[in-house]
Amino acid sequence: MATELIGGVELDVDEEGFMTNPGQWTEELAPALGKEIGIDELTEEHWKVIHFLRSDYEAQGETATLRRVSTLAGVPTKDLYKLFPKKPAKKMSYVSGLQKPTGCV
Amino acid sequence: MPNFDDDGGDRKLCIIVSKGTMEWATAAMVLGNAAIGEGIDLHVFFTFWGMDAIIDRRMDKLKVSPVANPSMKIPGTDIGMANMLAGLPGMTAFASSMMHKEMKALDVPPHREFMQMVADAGAHFWACRLTYDMLGLKKEDLWDEVDDVISASDFMELSDGAQIIFI
Repeated sequence: MATELIGGVELDVDEEGFMTNPGQWTEELAPALGKEIGIDELTEEHWKVIHFLRSDYEAQGETATLRRVSTLAGVPTKDLYKLFPKKPAKKMSYVSGLQKPTGCV
Repeated sequence: MPNFDDDGGDRKLCIIVSKGTMEWATAAMVLGNAAIGEGIDLHVFFTFWGMDAIIDRRMDKLKVSPVANPSMKIPGTDIGMANMLAGLPGMTAFASSMMHKEMKALDVPPHREFMQMVADAGAHFWACRLTYDMLGLKKEDLWDEVDDVISASDFMELSDGAQIIFI
């Protein structure tokens, strides 16, 4: 399995670069992951999404889709596209140390 | 790290929606939503029966018909519905409500909400000029988020360099 050194931590990643072991993720790691993909600062709104994704993953065992984040965490679609530009589903998952969502909607 | 390809984002997709039934309008939005979520520039062009999907007073009432649809099976079986049976009064409403429930269970939003989601993500929606004239429509008949009514030539200009999906 491939590993990558981010924020001073050796992380297990898949061929696309997404973390494969959510247990390796810590809150301290998130800003470093954000910087990797061009998000220089994590705001309160980013954290709202990240915290939802982490707790939803704990409960469901899979990464929430954008639709799920907007309806359950109450972050409007427009905001998700502003917080994580262009590819919000992939970017929010990456920063949260999760695989990209598998759901279609 | 993943290749998020922010700078190479010049991919463009046009979806032509020519059918206004629930299943095909949904198919268009599932693909459109996926495209825009990948940073692809998305334009959706509604023409002929597809106009129902953007006519404000009709878009909440899209239906799926079991008539002449051999792929639609009697629920829980592999048996298609005979056209005689499928054509009975109330069958379209019944099939539509069944499909609506199935979609809801999968957290697929109802049509208007789904369209709004894709609009909020930055998609463009266009109405076909010929159909608009043929149906005698006015601007206020269309859903608010529709960008404009455009001609076939306008669409050709718009779709320059785009990938096209015809539904």
